[in-house]
Amino acid sequence: MKNTSWKIRSVRVFVVGFLMLGLSAALANEGPKLDRAPIDPSDNVSLQRGAQHFANYCLTCHGAQYMRYNLLTKIGLSEAEIKSNLILTGAKIGDTMTVVLNPKDAKLWFGVPPPDLSVEARVRGADWLYTYLRSFYRDDERASGWNNRIYPGVAMPHVLYDLQGEQQWVAEPAKTGEHASGQLVLSKPGKLSPQEYDRFAADLVNYLVFIAEPVRETRIHIGFYVMIFLGIAFVITRALKHEYWKDVH
Amino acid sequence: MKEPTGLLGWVDARFPLMSVWREHLAEYYTPKNFNFWYYFGSLALLVLVIQIVTGIFLTMYYKPDARFAFASVEFIMRDVDYGWLIRYMHSTGASMFFVVVYLHMLRGMLYGSYQKPRELIWLLGMAIFLCLMAEAFFGYLLPWGQMSYWGAQVIVSLIDALSPPLALWIRGDYVIADATLNRFFAFHVIALPLILVILVFLHIVALHAVGSNNPDGIEIKKYKDPNTGIPLDGIPFHPYYTVKDIMGTVGFLIVYFGIIFFAPEMDGYFLEDNNFIPADPMKTPPHIAPVWYFTPYYAILRAVPQKQLGVIAMGLAVGIFFLLPWLDRGRVKSIRYRGNLFKIALGLFLVSFVTLGYMGTQDPNLWYVNPVSRICALVYFSFFIFMPIYTKLDKTKPVPERVTG
Amino acid sequence: MSEMRSDPRRRRFLVAASAAVGAVGGISIAIPFVISMLPSARARAAGAPVEIDISQLEPGMMITQEWRGQPVWVVNRTPEMMAQLSKNVALLRDPDSAESDQPVYCKNANRSMAEHPNNLVVVGICTHLGCTPLNRSKMGNVEGMSDDWPGGFFCPCHGSKYDMSARVFKGVPAPVNLSIPPHSYLSGTRLLIGEDKKGA
Repeated sequence: MKNTSWKIRSVRVFVVGFLMLGLSAALANEGPKLDRAPIDPSDNVSLQRGAQHFANYCLTCHGAQYMRYNLLTKIGLSEAEIKSNLILTGAKIGDTMTVVLNPKDAKLWFGVPPPDLSVEARVRGADWLYTYLRSFYRDDERASGWNNRIYPGVAMPHVLYDLQGEQQWVAEPAKTGEHASGQLVLSKPGKLSPQEYDRFAADLVNYLVFIAEPVRETRIHIGFYVMIFLGIAFVITRALKHEYWKDVH
Repeated sequence: MKEPTGLLGWVDARFPLMSVWREHLAEYYTPKNFNFWYYFGSLALLVLVIQIVTGIFLTMYYKPDARFAFASVEFIMRDVDYGWLIRYMHSTGASMFFVVVYLHMLRGMLYGSYQKPRELIWLLGMAIFLCLMAEAFFGYLLPWGQMSYWGAQVIVSLIDALSPPLALWIRGDYVIADATLNRFFAFHVIALPLILVILVFLHIVALHAVGSNNPDGIEIKKYKDPNTGIPLDGIPFHPYYTVKDIMGTVGFLIVYFGIIFFAPEMDGYFLEDNNFIPADPMKTPPHIAPVWYFTPYYAILRAVPQKQLGVIAMGLAVGIFFLLPWLDRGRVKSIRYRGNLFKIALGLFLVSFVTLGYMGTQDPNLWYVNPVSRICALVYFSFFIFMPIYTKLDKTKPVPERVTG
Repeated sequence: MSEMRSDPRRRRFLVAASAAVGAVGGISIAIPFVISMLPSARARAAGAPVEIDISQLEPGMMITQEWRGQPVWVVNRTPEMMAQLSKNVALLRDPDSAESDQPVYCKNANRSMAEHPNNLVVVGICTHLGCTPLNRSKMGNVEGMSDDWPGGFFCPCHGSKYDMSARVFKGVPAPVNLSIPPHSYLSGTRLLIGEDKKGA
């Protein structure tokens, strides 16, 4: 092959270029580490628990104004179950999950209206949400009495406080050039054990991921068949091309 | 060939159906040595069709109103049956458009497709590229998320740096607002697609007038069969390249639908995380970056310390491509027969382009972003500025008389 | 030049197979686009059955309820109105509602459910060209009607006339009787428009 030498050389140049990119990415400082959210989008039991937690703890202040209640049938709930367990307002089954709280009051109380959570998981990612829900700690300098390790100065108080209990931030002497290190220590236990609370947070995050894109499982399912079809189509059209190109070669 | 009869004959007597068919497909002679790089032209046409069709269906539900735009996109994603598929096809199509167009342009640079006598094809192609960038820019505002809003705000502020009245005229308000959304919608759904379609038509007409280049960069019209007048190294476009392009289309669709069904956000590169937050004119996201296909130019903009000069540099970075046919003084077209100088220059250019693209996505406060961007911007412009010199000095290899491989 | 020979049979087969794959693919991708134009989840939710309270609906009164964006009339007919219905038969185009659109349980002279025969539930859209007829339930020469008017509905657009069972009279443009939507009673005073009786 007469072109090999320049090809190899240009490949080399590319490799060096990409190594440079990788190096610079590694040097980027990303802030506090996120814990991986132990969620399974196909686990309907977890999603149903998450739906219940969401209705009980979140929906008072946060709406999910693009999410219709009847889409919860996708996670194995019947319309009757949704009506009796999850619709705490006068909403109909085909309605969206609008917030109970008046946004004007909310702005007055918290300074900012609590964001709609329909697509929050697509903004933050599951790991961020999971870490966030488990990173609240007592901070008397804050008006709400609470602060969060990965969202400093957060407006939301720790509404799951009675479940998790109280955490304190115990700082360790910071080394230069590093993020302030330390750890969250449970100073006053809540109703749930730490393991149970982690499960609670994971179920809730699982559910938030679900409502951010309820069609996700369907999409992947359809995609599987589309790929099989296109695979077959590729084999046939490739054979067709080779058959015709016998004339040329 | 027999004269057509029946309906076909009726039409052909009134419309140059068969002659167009013969001239542009059945008897359009194309070099027989096209390689992988030659798929991207037909694929760009395919993506244009996909974007137009999906766009029409999105327009049925989308609302170009600052109050309802974000919600109407979520409405399409959830409440419209298969709306999610149509929207993902459109959002993925936008990025794939740039993927295939960038590769199509690179093909032109590798094989000297812009050189005489194909300068006009290149100019029309560049006009298409500019149009496509405008189309993407206008379209990106429509979901009315935070990145849509602040992306548009930043770009229009650049125009503001050159001429404040012009920026005001473009926005129709003092910031990006409802009026801006509505006019961007008008440009995105009718004005630019119309121009794009016309330019693509002219691009192909110009191509068929002079004939396709090929990986050897030699003219197949030089050696014709003395009896038939058909180029010896040419094959009719139909059926040979139609079947090849059909195969290429299926290959492309595997990648395209693979992204749509399994990774529609493409890890935040095709659909940015922050664009799932509704536009808020009171609150800028901490880190704004344009979509990946604009980041090389954005990085050049940021690399220049002075704002107006930055805008000019960014404009030049795109505009200088128009001059390529006249900057290149090479005696050969294809990179196969070029010397090392051109190969090194092109390699450095590509590395700087990709690196600039990456730097454009990064936080400018990181220590390495500005120095690296500046070096790459210098390399980027040097590629063009010194092109007349190094292409002339380059030790080229002898070009074969007939196509190889 | 290699010695590969083209094979016309294989070529024909592959052309047919590719065309078939293309047709399947083309149709498959067209389906979601066609389906996307059907009513959305929001339209379906808004088109869900509506429940109304008819305890305040006195004889002779009519209320209008929106259902799927259409006016649905609920009329509590008086005994006089009911008595008039059988006298209209000769004047009607489709007295037995053979050509008209209604649930099976309303395909009778009263065009109402057996449990509440006097309540007429009907979509108030003229079967001619879709205008909304006016309530002309009073008999005789009132509100511009003729002396022999037996009471019913009158469409101002092209003069179509219906009786108190929303059956169309002869000699007017409308072809068939007004449509009766599916409906059922949740209790004596609660009417559900848009859904048949469960298990019926």
